[in-house]
Amino acid sequence: MNSIKKFAGIIWFLLAPVGMYFLIITALHEIEKTPVIDTKIQWSVFIIVFAPIAIGMMIFGYYAMKGEYDHLPTSSDEITD
Amino acid sequence: MNTNDSKGIWKVIGASSAGTLIEWYDFYIFGSLATVIASQFFPKTNPTAALLSTLATFAAGFIVRPFGALVFGRLGDIIGRKYTFLLTLIIMGGSTFAIGLVPGYETIGFAAPIIVLLLRLLQGLALGGEYGGAATYVAEHSPENKRGFYTSWIQTTATLGLFVSLGVILITRHSLDTDAAKSIAKFNDWGWRIPFLVSIILVIVSIYIRMKMKESPLFAKLKTEGKTSVNPLKESFAHKTNLKMVLLALFGATMGQGVVWYTGQFYAQSFIENVCKVDFDQSRTILIWSILFATPFFVVFGGLSDKIGRKWIMLVGMLLAIFTYIPLFGNLLSTTDIKTKTEITEKKQIDSSITTIAKTNDALKKTVIKTFYTDGMQMTETRTDTLFAQAGKKEAKPDIKISKLISDADYWYMVLLVFVMVLYVTMVYGPIAAFLVELFPTKIRYTSMSLPYHIGNGVFGGLTPFIATLLTTIYTDNKLVGLNYPIIVAAICLVIGTLYISNRIDKNVND
Repeated sequence: MNSIKKFAGIIWFLLAPVGMYFLIITALHEIEKTPVIDTKIQWSVFIIVFAPIAIGMMIFGYYAMKGEYDHLPTSSDEITD
Repeated sequence: MNTNDSKGIWKVIGASSAGTLIEWYDFYIFGSLATVIASQFFPKTNPTAALLSTLATFAAGFIVRPFGALVFGRLGDIIGRKYTFLLTLIIMGGSTFAIGLVPGYETIGFAAPIIVLLLRLLQGLALGGEYGGAATYVAEHSPENKRGFYTSWIQTTATLGLFVSLGVILITRHSLDTDAAKSIAKFNDWGWRIPFLVSIILVIVSIYIRMKMKESPLFAKLKTEGKTSVNPLKESFAHKTNLKMVLLALFGATMGQGVVWYTGQFYAQSFIENVCKVDFDQSRTILIWSILFATPFFVVFGGLSDKIGRKWIMLVGMLLAIFTYIPLFGNLLSTTDIKTKTEITEKKQIDSSITTIAKTNDALKKTVIKTFYTDGMQMTETRTDTLFAQAGKKEAKPDIKISKLISDADYWYMVLLVFVMVLYVTMVYGPIAAFLVELFPTKIRYTSMSLPYHIGNGVFGGLTPFIATLLTTIYTDNKLVGLNYPIIVAAICLVIGTLYISNRIDKNVND
């Protein structure tokens, strides 16, 4: 199970930049199609909001690859060390 | 648990739930009255006002909520749960009441949309801080074997807040005049302010109840021992051991929970009204009935999670949503599709009227076509054409509005379909508070659980109606294409949750 978790970590790590790439391409295409202020705001908000989440997803994938989730804490002492 | 303890926990749940319900009510009435508010504060003819309108919609719901989680989460872990969620209630109630008092754009010009935008931002901030406090407060009072059951009462408040807001709006809309049309006109003119103003009474009562509550016993103990966190933000997000749990909570639980919630309760209503073209009142009462029937299941699944664990209830809810959204929404669409109905041609009514546009020679031609069907459905198509006096002037695109009054049988069938969707909401949402509380230590619990909750619900969930609707405008030939967004997000969350989340119930949240 732990090896599956580590392998899946690669997917989560790559999913974030791939997702952001498609988001930015779609945003540029839609803004070009309808270049009004509403469209620009909408898509800019999507990019600004999802960019840090994508970074979080990469960190999550990295931790998973490194085996950080092989054992989950069973006590808060393990978290607050 | 003895009788006094039992009475005590119900007081705690009552005080927390009442306040949280009111906060959700306050937050929803703005969304439910978006069209009316836009006409009062954000006239479309003015591009800057329209820009502020977009910001008010987006910023409050999605960007500000996670910031509220950080600001108030930090406060809650430093000064305590009680005073923090008292503060969020005052901010939310005050801003809602103030929105009801702001003069319209016609009276004070640009100041109106700017004030409303600022008040809406305050609402978003307050909401971001409320939930974590209420859930933590109840969980920290609950015995270990009933944590899911007791915290699930907090989970009902978001849904009941929507229920109450829809109810108050419908009642106000129809009680301002004996004539239905006049009543709606009065509501659109000034009556919309009533649901905002009413909230102050509810807030004052709730503040009074909350003032009488004691601090969470776990937090009070930490404070007495001088063990509270000095810098909750740093301890929550800069320490790898805690950050990895925050990320797991977001990507393995709240992200999927958020999209299932917003699809079942918000996109479903928007879909029924804007895609199926069902009448304003019917589309809202369909949701009201569905919510009413499904709400007890929050407590059922919350209680069940105390026995079998939180993980699989939430993940099964996501799994069912992933596989049944397309047929459920497809059925909503086919139920209201006129191609499946037989028209009663002899009952068809067509009325036309022409009114001149003031200060011009142009006119508006309004044609109302009423079509009746054998199953009892009635469709009203209102077409407005601009007739230009000047010869050769390009004809403007007609404005066509369609509204369907569906039959009783179809109505209750749609209630059943939405009920199933809300049932999924109860599965993913009922156990989530207990799940999040158990994931983090007491001294940074408020901060740590608030952020993944509000990113999952505010960003992933809150954007669901927008992204789904946006997809339907990009891929116009498929009316169900919008569902791809919640289905993909829920599927990723399901896989992550299955692989990485533990089903263990943490017996000890005192640490």
